[in-house]
Amino acid sequence: MFVFQLDSTSGVPPYLQLVHQVRQAITVGYLREGDRLPLIREAVEQLAINPNTVSKAYRQLEHEGLVDPRPGVGTFVARAPEVTVSPAQYAKLRRGLERWLREAADAGLDDDAVGALLAIVRRDLAEEGAA
Amino acid sequence: MSAAVVTRGLGKRYRSTWALRDCDLVLPAGAVVALVGPNGAGKTTLLQLLAGLQQPSAGSVSLFGLSAPAGSAQALGELGYVAQDHPVYRRFRVSELLHLGRSLNPAWDQDLAERRIDELGIPLRQRTGRLSGGQQAQVALALALAKRPRLLILDEPVASLDPLARREFLQVLMATVADEGLTVLLSSHNVAELERVCDHLVVVAGGRVQLAGDVDSLLDEHRVLTGPGAGVPDGPGVIHVDQADRHAHVVARIGGAEPMPGWSARPIGLEELVLAYLRRAREPRPVTSELELSA
Repeated sequence: MFVFQLDSTSGVPPYLQLVHQVRQAITVGYLREGDRLPLIREAVEQLAINPNTVSKAYRQLEHEGLVDPRPGVGTFVARAPEVTVSPAQYAKLRRGLERWLREAADAGLDDDAVGALLAIVRRDLAEEGAA
Repeated sequence: MSAAVVTRGLGKRYRSTWALRDCDLVLPAGAVVALVGPNGAGKTTLLQLLAGLQQPSAGSVSLFGLSAPAGSAQALGELGYVAQDHPVYRRFRVSELLHLGRSLNPAWDQDLAERRIDELGIPLRQRTGRLSGGQQAQVALALALAKRPRLLILDEPVASLDPLARREFLQVLMATVADEGLTVLLSSHNVAELERVCDHLVVVAGGRVQLAGDVDSLLDEHRVLTGPGAGVPDGPGVIHVDQADRHAHVVARIGGAEPMPGWSARPIGLEELVLAYLRRAREPRPVTSELELSA
């Protein structure tokens, strides 16, 4: 069974933390198509969290097409992305990105500049047909 | 969503001092509402007015749209109230407390009360004075829930508990919300610990409501703006300004608007948001011109 965690120091609203965790778990293959997410009652007991927060997170995941609610049964992972990334590969990509972001920060780029650069590079890659 | 609690112009005066004033609140049914504010802010006064333990000096309280006033038998039947430090009669056995509850409450659910006490592993024959603080809190909660209330009011329910007992208390509370969909109003001066349990927030300071609303909407509407120290904006949307030599951080309610040119905006955390309102309440700024906050 999938287990949620909450970081109360992160400043990220709890419902978004749940959404991120499911998204990420699907990306790296910890959650596969057909897996059941914890029932709202189970998540509530696990985390001592407001049930409305869990249902809000599940609604958002449903809206994104990542999960399917089956009334009276539970909420299930709808589909895994075509290519799942192995946890090791995911960690490697993440480390690379962290390194790059630190370099960018050292060079004086703020969040907006980083976002702009990312958008430019993606567009260029798309034009080359590489992305 | 229907309202569990509506107050209009609610106020309470002790001699010449207003402990609570001009309080207009609408708390939706099914919400878990955190009432936060410093000590002496008027939190307990507000809770006691809602429970009918005190009579208002001004304004009115309505629970679930009932015309019966707070404190009437009909209103009392709708609510469970756990006072600060969850007092229990210390010389009573747990079973005697349940007997008392059953005798005093028409809608009492004895099975529910016994099952809860049993699940907690608390012996019915134990005198409550010999239970741990966490167990006393759980017994007080079980008693309040056995009334089958639609509104549960808890005054500083976890302040005196150790971290583990705190977590266990909130687990039981949230599981009950999941099972029965009751409305919960709990006060605390520790915001961080409430973030995961509340979906609604009421900030009280100096006897007045400073901020009230749905937590996620409030977080969406507020931003921390950072920009040059000169030309710090002013106006009704500015909640708090931290002024440094060459730059300033501003907590502002900007709705969905973009910040002014030259200013960056980042999302705000719940604790930061509450602090900004509490600091504003402590240092009231003169109302000056209403400059536009957003570009």
